[in-house]
Amino acid sequence: MDALVNKRIKQVLKGDQNAYADIVNLYQHKLYQICYRMLGNKQEAEDIAQEAFIRAYINLHSYDQKRKFSTWIYRIATNLCIDRIRKKKPDYYLDAEVAGTDGLDMYSQIAADEQLPEEAVEQMELQDRIQYEISRLPDKYRSVIVLKYIEELSLQEISEILDMPLGTVKTRIHRGREALRKQLNNL
Amino acid sequence: MGMCPEHYIDYMHDYLDGDITREHEQELKKHMQSCVSCQKHMHELSDTVAFVKSATHIMAPPHFEANVMGRLPKRKNVLGIQKWLRRHPIIVAAAVFFLLMGATLMASYPNDNQFSVTTQPNLVVDGQTVIVPKGEVVKGDVVVKNGNLIIEGEVDGNVTVINGSYMASTAVVSGQIEEINETFDWLWYKIKKLANDAMALFE
Ligand SMILES: [Zn+2]
Ligand SMILES: [Zn+2]
Repeated sequence: MDALVNKRIKQVLKGDQNAYADIVNLYQHKLYQICYRMLGNKQEAEDIAQEAFIRAYINLHSYDQKRKFSTWIYRIATNLCIDRIRKKKPDYYLDAEVAGTDGLDMYSQIAADEQLPEEAVEQMELQDRIQYEISRLPDKYRSVIVLKYIEELSLQEISEILDMPLGTVKTRIHRGREALRKQLNNL
Repeated sequence: MGMCPEHYIDYMHDYLDGDITREHEQELKKHMQSCVSCQKHMHELSDTVAFVKSATHIMAPPHFEANVMGRLPKRKNVLGIQKWLRRHPIIVAAAVFFLLMGATLMASYPNDNQFSVTTQPNLVVDGQTVIVPKGEVVKGDVVVKNGNLIIEGEVDGNVTVINGSYMASTAVVSGQIEEINETFDWLWYKIKKLANDAMALFE
């Protein structure tokens, strides 16, 4: 796959824009999934995942082909997600109309430190509950937990994606697991 | 649980990350055999991991790829055009000129595409090509318009080629050699004249 990706990248760099379609095709689901798990909202996830592909395209000349393309583009996506989370923080609110149309989207509208009533949480479907618990994690733990348990990446890859030392990644995963454990057992 | 040394919790996380040393693992197991609170903690952590891992895989919506491709900037083309413009300033000037002046001015362009050459007896004319033959010495200035000039002999004077090409390998020309592209020179003349006229308005 790396050989194909590098071949397509060279074509894009030579001006063949259509060659980029294969790259989007290969990574779209992974990238969208990261964004969705980080943001908890389909519309925002699509928006940010598209933005990540566009930024990667614009900056493709700066990508080092000796390294993994996935690492590079995941990094662009996680950075955009973290930016988005930080920007929208004061705007959290619970919108009854949104809640009525899409259960998953509802939970993303709730502040990270704001908790739903115990009863409501217990009645959630498993998948909704997982997304709800992930979205309650502080963003520095959320990113490592998503990359480790949803994307199933190695600690080394996570350290490269987030551009932080391996030790910091480990500490964050430990704390993220503890935070999740407390969320799940504090009901 | 508050009674247990903190490092057992660290060992649990190292264990879950798969990078616990053999000694630490044995130490942890030994402790857990007699510590209910650490057993409970480890059990909760394992459940937490299993819980997150049970998340279903999410797929991008079907139109995703097309949407990205539609949003890509037309970067290469724009850059290409910019580079080309920078390399061909005369054409840019001409294009600007044409845009500004339009067809009215072009009507005044001297529409003279006729081939002509000065009349020295020893010049050879072959179609639109003029040849100064080998061994011959042409006296006086040679002017070729809308044709090409090949010099194999000698010219005792100036050489001017208008709207054509000049070729000489071992040529001997006593005077100056000049190639003129009349269209551009004419444009240039007009542009300069316009500029002067414009300046005159402000004087
Ligand atoms: Zn203990
Ligand atoms: Zn259990």
